[in-house]
Amino acid sequence: MLALGQDEIAKYPFLADAGQYLKDKGFTLEQFGTDPDLKLLVEKAFNRIEVAADGKIYHSDLIGDQASNQAALPREVFSFLLAIVLLKLSGMNTLIKRFALAEARRAEKYLEKDLANISDESKKQLAIRIIDDLFSVQIKKQDDYFVIPISNYLKHSINFHEREWKLINRHVENGLVFLTPHETVRLIRKELGTYISSKIINAKTPPMISGFEESVSKLISMSKKFATYTVTTGEYPPCIKHAIEILEKGENLPHSGRFMLATFLLSKGQSVEKIAPLFKNAPDYNERVTLYQLNHLAGTSGSGTQYSCPSCEKLKTQNLCFAIPECDNIINPLQFGKKRT
Amino acid sequence: MQENDVKFLEDSFKKYYFEHFDLIRVPNRTSEREFGFQKFNSGMTRHISIKDDKELHLLLMQNIPSDVYCSNACYAFPNLPMNEKDWKEADLIFDIDAKDLNLECRKNHTISKCNECNEISTNSNNCSKCNSIKLEKKSLPCKNCIDASKNEVSKLSKILTEDLDVQQNNIHIYFSGNEGFHVYVYDSQFQQLGSRERSELTDYIMFNGAIPETFGMKKFKPNRSSFPDFEEKGWRGRFSQEVYGLKSKRSKIISELITNGYSSFQKTLEGISDKIGAKIDPNVTMDIHRIFRLPGSLNSKSGLTKILCNDLPKFDPYTEASFLDESSVEVMANCPIEFKLKNRKFGPYFNEKASIPTYVAVYMICKKLATIS
Ligand code: SF4
Ligand SMILES: [Zn+2]
Ligand SMILES: [Zn+2]
Repeated sequence: MLALGQDEIAKYPFLADAGQYLKDKGFTLEQFGTDPDLKLLVEKAFNRIEVAADGKIYHSDLIGDQASNQAALPREVFSFLLAIVLLKLSGMNTLIKRFALAEARRAEKYLEKDLANISDESKKQLAIRIIDDLFSVQIKKQDDYFVIPISNYLKHSINFHEREWKLINRHVENGLVFLTPHETVRLIRKELGTYISSKIINAKTPPMISGFEESVSKLISMSKKFATYTVTTGEYPPCIKHAIEILEKGENLPHSGRFMLATFLLSKGQSVEKIAPLFKNAPDYNERVTLYQLNHLAGTSGSGTQYSCPSCEKLKTQNLCFAIPECDNIINPLQFGKKRT
Repeated sequence: MQENDVKFLEDSFKKYYFEHFDLIRVPNRTSEREFGFQKFNSGMTRHISIKDDKELHLLLMQNIPSDVYCSNACYAFPNLPMNEKDWKEADLIFDIDAKDLNLECRKNHTISKCNECNEISTNSNNCSKCNSIKLEKKSLPCKNCIDASKNEVSKLSKILTEDLDVQQNNIHIYFSGNEGFHVYVYDSQFQQLGSRERSELTDYIMFNGAIPETFGMKKFKPNRSSFPDFEEKGWRGRFSQEVYGLKSKRSKIISELITNGYSSFQKTLEGISDKIGAKIDPNVTMDIHRIFRLPGSLNSKSGLTKILCNDLPKFDPYTEASFLDESSVEVMANCPIEFKLKNRKFGPYFNEKASIPTYVAVYMICKKLATIS
């Protein structure tokens, strides 16, 4: 593992060995439940989760990448470690996922800043090493850019749908892809989130600590609030939105587009009767035919097989895809929005 | 195919494998490869593992295959079914085929054989005798076809060495034995890549999916200074050469591009893709479980050898890939167009008896344009 300085642990607390850290600082978990001063940190930890659950990035006490004062550093780390303890005690996976994602975004910012740091070579080197150690992505600095071997780049970039990530739209030279600090970090976003959440999932769940009960039960009720709302974000993917827009404008949507839209909505549990009116603005609308076709797709008539929504890859070839960053890592429009929870 | 034709081809092929085994290039890590073969008039046998070239020789002499194949992939267990093979890595392979290049010359040397009445003609839509549309096309590729394929190979090699950092000595170019080339890339950083990643590589090589932004063109307020220049590496450099042509024209053309707007720029990119991209078959490159014709083996579509091209510009497949013997045989030939082998002209034959060298007879029988009489 990397040897980390105090302010580095504050920026990347998921790199610390939690048990060891507490021991080094001379604390036990129990103390945080009883000591009134330390208990404030449990509240801070709770707050850190709450912010994450809200889809925001926890705003830390770190100013720039320097702590405002030395005492702030351990507080940063403690609140992270305690947040994990609270999450484990609550056992709520939806919260763990949201928390990991928010923490990943937070770390992303620091990684990016460290990579771009021109005045402090050691910060840059550390960021490069974190990326290598954790994600096996070997990057090197070359002029104003970071370069990474093409093969390495491709393993990550194929999960992105936006065309600017296609290799053809990258500066490629001598087997290397050139990236800005921002793009470098963006490339491993998914891995960073996975890394943090697996660290939390694999952490041991301690027995309940007295003084933690209230926060834990608040977390459980908080996660209930999300449970209904987090199944999907309710947002339709851009391809579907686009298809609906076309129909609403009364323009012609090709057959492949209608197929996509109908199968998508049917899979989302909408009824044929509810979907049919969507098509009524189409230049060639015929109610009977539309109902017949929808019933066919739904499997309520004819062969009885329900048709499924085409994959993103397929839709891309049909020019129906209008990918946005939220489309990353999904292979079917039906998965859109689900991964964000 | 008739029995005496098969017998004739098998005798010729056997003689080739006996006398020219030195031309066979057994790939390194032989025992980790999957081999497969086909016999005349029968199906494919796959999932064979072979220890070394002795074992391969034995297989060739015993089975006299019409075609022999070997995987570009290495497996822990090459002889097990596909999902149990345990894939380790695969050489990067490209297929360039004259028939995919939309060449004007093709119609001049493509022959149709009617599946209903066996009539052979140069009519490409329907049989001139019985009007059937069930036609089997046979092409006798010409020099233009080969030159055009070579040109694609050169474009590919350039991209491989300049952009993808492949060492020249790790690129092996083979004539496929029929109408194209197979380009093998060994020991590259791409050995371990899966098919989705390889598919991205093919888009790069073919110049597919480029967006105007990459070449400096923005939707709003494009900035002249971000347009490509001649000295740049990779696609921006190639773009400059293709689109500006001359250094002196750069400035004027950039102004034009900006005036014409974003979507016109996108069209420009699509338009030059055919010219500057290398026309490879993407499905071949992204398939990491495929078996490929074994270098040095005969191609049953022509009786020519899949042979290494050491000097691509000078390479002439119709002299350098023909290794069968000269001894003369009697055939019934039906081939309405002329063709060249080993610098000799043959044909046209209009359903007539002909006495021709073995290598020509094999070529024509493989193309179903002759039978042993
Ligand atoms: S990536 Fe998939 S979900 Fe997103 S717009 Fe394209 S097709 Fe739709
Ligand atoms: Zn006919
Ligand atoms: Zn030709």
